[in-house]
Formats: sequence, C-alpha cells, structure tokens
Amino acid sequence: MTSEDLEVIFSKYPANKKDGLLPIMQEIQETHGYLTTDLLAAVGKYLNIPANKVYGVATFYDQFRFHPRGLFHIRICRGTACHLFGASTYLNEFENQLKVKAGGTSKDRKFSLEISSCMGACESAPVVHINDTFYTKVTETELEKIIRSLKEKTE
Amino acid sequence: MQFEIEINNQTVSAKRGETIKNVLDRTGIHVPTLCYLNGFSPTGGCRMCVVEVDGISELVPSCSHPVAEWMKIKTHSPRVLKARKLLVELLLAGHPDDCLYCERSGTCGLQDLAAEMGIRERKYRGKRQNIQIDNACQSIVRDPDKCVLCGRCIRVCDEVIGVSAIDVVGRGSESKIGTTYNKGLNTKSCVKCGQCIMVCPTGALSEKSSIQAVLDALNNPGLFPVIQFSPTVPASIGEEFSIKASKDILNLLRVALKKIGFRQVFDVAMAADLTIMEEAAEFIDRFNKHEKLPLLTSCCPSWVRYIEEVKPQLLPYLSTTASPQQMMGRVIKNYIGISAGQKAENIFVVSVMPCTAKKYEADQDRMKDGISRNIDAVITTRELVRMIRLLGIDFSSLEPEPGDTQYNMRSSSGNLFGVSGGHLEGLLRTIQYMMTGQELNTLKISELRGLKGKKEARVKIGKMNINVAAVNGLANVKGLIDDMEAGREDYSIIEVMACPGGCINGGGQKLNPEEKHLKLRMKSLYDIDEEEMIRVAHKNPIILDLYERFLAKPGSERNIELLHISRPTKEGS
Repeated sequence: MTSEDLEVIFSKYPANKKDGLLPIMQEIQETHGYLTTDLLAAVGKYLNIPANKVYGVATFYDQFRFHPRGLFHIRICRGTACHLFGASTYLNEFENQLKVKAGGTSKDRKFSLEISSCMGACESAPVVHINDTFYTKVTETELEKIIRSLKEKTE
Repeated sequence: MQFEIEINNQTVSAKRGETIKNVLDRTGIHVPTLCYLNGFSPTGGCRMCVVEVDGISELVPSCSHPVAEWMKIKTHSPRVLKARKLLVELLLAGHPDDCLYCERSGTCGLQDLAAEMGIRERKYRGKRQNIQIDNACQSIVRDPDKCVLCGRCIRVCDEVIGVSAIDVVGRGSESKIGTTYNKGLNTKSCVKCGQCIMVCPTGALSEKSSIQAVLDALNNPGLFPVIQFSPTVPASIGEEFSIKASKDILNLLRVALKKIGFRQVFDVAMAADLTIMEEAAEFIDRFNKHEKLPLLTSCCPSWVRYIEEVKPQLLPYLSTTASPQQMMGRVIKNYIGISAGQKAENIFVVSVMPCTAKKYEADQDRMKDGISRNIDAVITTRELVRMIRLLGIDFSSLEPEPGDTQYNMRSSSGNLFGVSGGHLEGLLRTIQYMMTGQELNTLKISELRGLKGKKEARVKIGKMNINVAAVNGLANVKGLIDDMEAGREDYSIIEVMACPGGCINGGGQKLNPEEKHLKLRMKSLYDIDEEEMIRVAHKNPIILDLYERFLAKPGSERNIELLHISRPTKEGS
C-alpha cells in the first residue's frame, strides 16, 4: 500500500479525531488486505492516538487481520447453532488438514482461516464460507469433499 | 442535598452525588476492591465491591453506583459474599500457583482477597495462558500470567503519566495487557517511571532487580564497592521498619549501608548541589546570550526520555546538565575514588534510587566512559529494603555512629531534589547568587511546594521577575507544552518530575503509598530545609572544594565534558 493510497483514505476523515479510527482501519484492510504495524502507526499519528491504543482496538475486533489472506479464505461460523452442529470439529479438520491456524494464514499462503461469531444463517447451520461461496448444512462427508477439492485446486 | 439511607440495618447520612462506596468509606464499612484506584474515576470492572440494594435485582458495584434516598443496602449478605468469593475463585483459576516464589508474596492484593474470602482450596482450574515474561525493558519486568486485568496500570499510564505505553490487547478470554504490537515494554512510548508497578495488585509488574549484581560486587575482593543514596530514601525507608522519619534515619541508613559492606557511602544530595551549580551556570549563559527559554530541567530520566522519544522538538530547551546520579558516578570514578587510591575500573558504584527509570538512565551508552559505566548498578528503595532484610540487618535496633564526613556534606537545596518543586527552589537560590552576588530574601518559595500537579511562581532575581513552573505527574506537562507550542514564551525555567509528587513517590518506593505518607515524606525534606545550616548549593564546602581542586568553573568546557550529557541533536543524530 503506497503512502498516496493511505493519504486518500485519511483525507476522508478529520485529523486528530478519534471517531475515524474504525472506518480508517476498515478501509485500509479493504485496500491492503490486512493491517501492518507500520500502517497502524500511521493511523495513530494521523488521529493523534497512541500507537498502543490503536493496536488495542484493532486486536479487540475479530474483523481485523494482521496477516495477508490466503488464496482461499475460509470462514467458519461458530455461532450457537453452528456450534451445536459440530462447527468446532470442522474447525479442527481445517486446521489439521490444511496446516493453518484459526486467525492465521498457512505458510505457503494458500489458506487462511477465520472464525465468525455468527453469519446470520442459523437455519442452515453449520455454515462454511470460502472466498465467494457459502456452503450450508455441511455434513461430514461434504466437509471431506470440500477439503479434498481445496487441496487439489492448490496443488 | 443530604438524606438518610439504610446500610446493614443502620441509618447513615448520605449526600447526592456520592457513590455508595464514598458513604461506606465514611461509615467505616470495608468492601474489598481490585480495580478501584483512589483519585480516579471508577470503572466498575472487577465487581469485587458489589453490594445488594433492595429493589435492584442484580448486585451493584458500590464504587460507581450513586446513592439514592430510598436505598437499603447490604454490604456483606450471604449473596454478596458468595458472589465475591466466586469472583476471586475465578481469578485464581488461571493464576499460576507460585505464591511462594513470587516477588509480591505478602504484598499481593489477590492473595489478600483470597484470604479475606476464606478461599482455602482451588475450586476451578482454568487454562493457563503461559505468556512469556517481558524482559525487554531495563527497568520493569512484566509477567502477564500473573495479571488479573484490573487495568490500574493502564489508567495510571494514561492519566497520570500520559504516555499510554500499555493497553488491553485482544478480547474475551484472550485479553491481556500488552504493549504496542506485543513487542515488549522496550517501546518508545514507555518512560520507565514504574508508576504501573506502584498500582499493580499482583506480581505482574515489578522492577528488574539488580540485587544479585550488587551482592556479587560486595563479595568480589577485587572491587571497591561504594554506594550513593537519594534523599528520598531516608525520607521514606523508616516506614518499612516502623521508625518515624527524622534526621537520625540518615545516620542509621549510613550505618546500615556500611554494615552491608559498602566502603564509602555518599549522599546523592551532594551531587544535586553540583547539578544546581552547573545548571544555574547553564541558565545564566543561555539567558545572557538571549537563547531560547524556558530551560527544561533534566534530573528526571522519564521526562528526558519523554522529550527524546516523543517531543524531540523540545530538545533545544532541555538542560544538558547531568542528573545528580550520573554526576556522582562521574565524580566518584574520576576523582574521589582515585584520591582514595582506587583505580576507576575497580570502583563499583551502586545507587539507591526511588526510581525505576534510573536503571535505564545508568544503562545508556552515553552514561559510560568507554566500557566503564558511571553507575554500575541501580537498586530501588524496595530492593534496598529487601537487601537489608536478606543480610540480617536489624534496622530498628541500629545505633547512630559518627561516620566519615568527608563527602557527606550537602546543602538542603540538594536534598530538596526529592520533591516536586524542590529542584527549582534550590536552582533559583543559586541563580540569584551567581547573577547578583546576593542571596534571595526568602529562600522558601511556598508556591512551589505541595502535591499539586502544576505549580507556578513569579520570582524576583536581581531586578527582574521570572516565571517558573514545576510539574509533577508527566501527564500534567501536556498543557504546558501545548501553551509553549502555541507561542507562550514567558516561562524561564520549567521543572518536570514524572511521578506524582516527585521522587518521594517514585516507582521504586514502597508500594501502595498513602497520601499521608507522601505528605510526611515531603514534610521531612522541608523540615531539613528549615533546620539546616547550609541551605544553598553554592555554600556547600565540598562543592567549593571540588571546583577548586578538580573542576573548572561552573559551565566551563571541562565541566561540560565531564558533567553534562550529550543530547541527540548535539551529536547530530
């Protein structure tokens, strides 16, 4: 992300005003894909908020990432309904088979895994969201298929 | 408006606007607290102070809930006690069970709460976070596993010091107190003042101890260990051994330090006299050359670090005069020790400071001559107390002894460095003398005394009036800096001490100080100033002798090389 890109985002929000913190970080993530320490420092400077406070806020919200996304970005819902349908077992499967930790990106940058607190589709639990596709009422056999096809696509 | 409420079936009067806890405190009813911090707005986060109020279904936190006319309150009902006990049990669930080995065993707020609630077994076992100990800073160690997330350190860092070096990182069960990007406390924003340690209820924050290094030096026959102590140490150490602060403590402290094995004992207040001489000369030089004012004092390492890291635009104003600690180190290693027949490299200089930032100050490269440090080890007042106990010295039964007085003379001006405004008082006395040859009419400047965060005075030096200010609690300096940046130019000297009240309340002093103790410490330094014969630095015979035999005249090039500190701008970096 160039400093010009950053300036464009900053110019939409008044300097030295805390209110801009969340929308600025969201826009940066939209453009850059994830947040870096340098970018957060620049935000703090622009809004006159201590760097550590910016970091505190960024780590509070699930929506912010500190690693680049993988080629396939997998989101697993762990809302109450999905949890009851075994979402945590699914999470383990993704973690173990694709060698990626929840909230992180695999070393080869092929997969990134994110936990969502609720996707708002409880009637279709359990829900898995990969790039642009939503998989609903995922059974264990379907899960196996999904993982196998992900592996094949990235080989 | 005054009205009556009922607490534990007793009628008690209350005022509108008070919190329930305010009323309880006045009534003498104790409710346990954890996140509560006297003088700060309550957060109601820990729920330890909850009470039961008729008509409100849930328990309410007494620290933040306002009283109302209709209230009937129960502070220790079975329901309340059960809730508090559960809270402590949950806090203990994820806590490492290493109280026996913990720095804060015996002074721990969590331990006290567990005892108060009668918790004698572990009811829940939670997941241990196993977060690495943060050792990155020269002054402060963080052990996040012991943290109970009360947030007191964050509030002090935000509101009293104003640097926000730490904050809550993450959320829910993953939250912890962290530094920027989890990179450890050696972050630019931390000024190492240690005020976070002072309010931490557990062993999550502590000073980086140098006790072992000092013990090793004491037992090394090849070394000549000497020690210097800050004037705040005799002003406060009596509290630890239940002795009233008085003049005698100074002598007892010397006796104790000699018994520990230090070959020579120095009073940092003497070096503070030297700081006054050099800083006065620096001020007069700037004044005569019509250079930029105000002169910002440089005795407080946290303040110096704040300027260097956060406000470098103020560097041209910052005094180059070394702090008393470093002056003493340089004079001992370059003159006193050598005249005692010791080689500089064999002299091991220890400082006892009320301060954790002094550890950082002494560790900087510019505080070394080649490989030899000016100060070899810095211990806090707390560490000294531990050493005195470790080495079996019964402080309360010590008898005063006539000591060597060769380098023990100091003016009460140097002694005043321990308290906010005191540095300035001493400095002004000598500036007046150096500029006019006359003493100030009244040495005491009442406007600069007391615990207020920002004190200002207009002082007559010769025929002119100058404006000075003394700030304590680093956050209070922001208004002044804003004023300066907006063009305010009438200040001639500004003294800043990062800790509230000055060094008497430094981050290395006794934990959880009460305000009455701070006032007593202040009073003891002011009393000495009233009673002592030599009240100005420029009349201290040792200082005059040092200038005669060893140093050139104040502010001269030789002294600048020896007694001043190069600032980043002057090095061109």
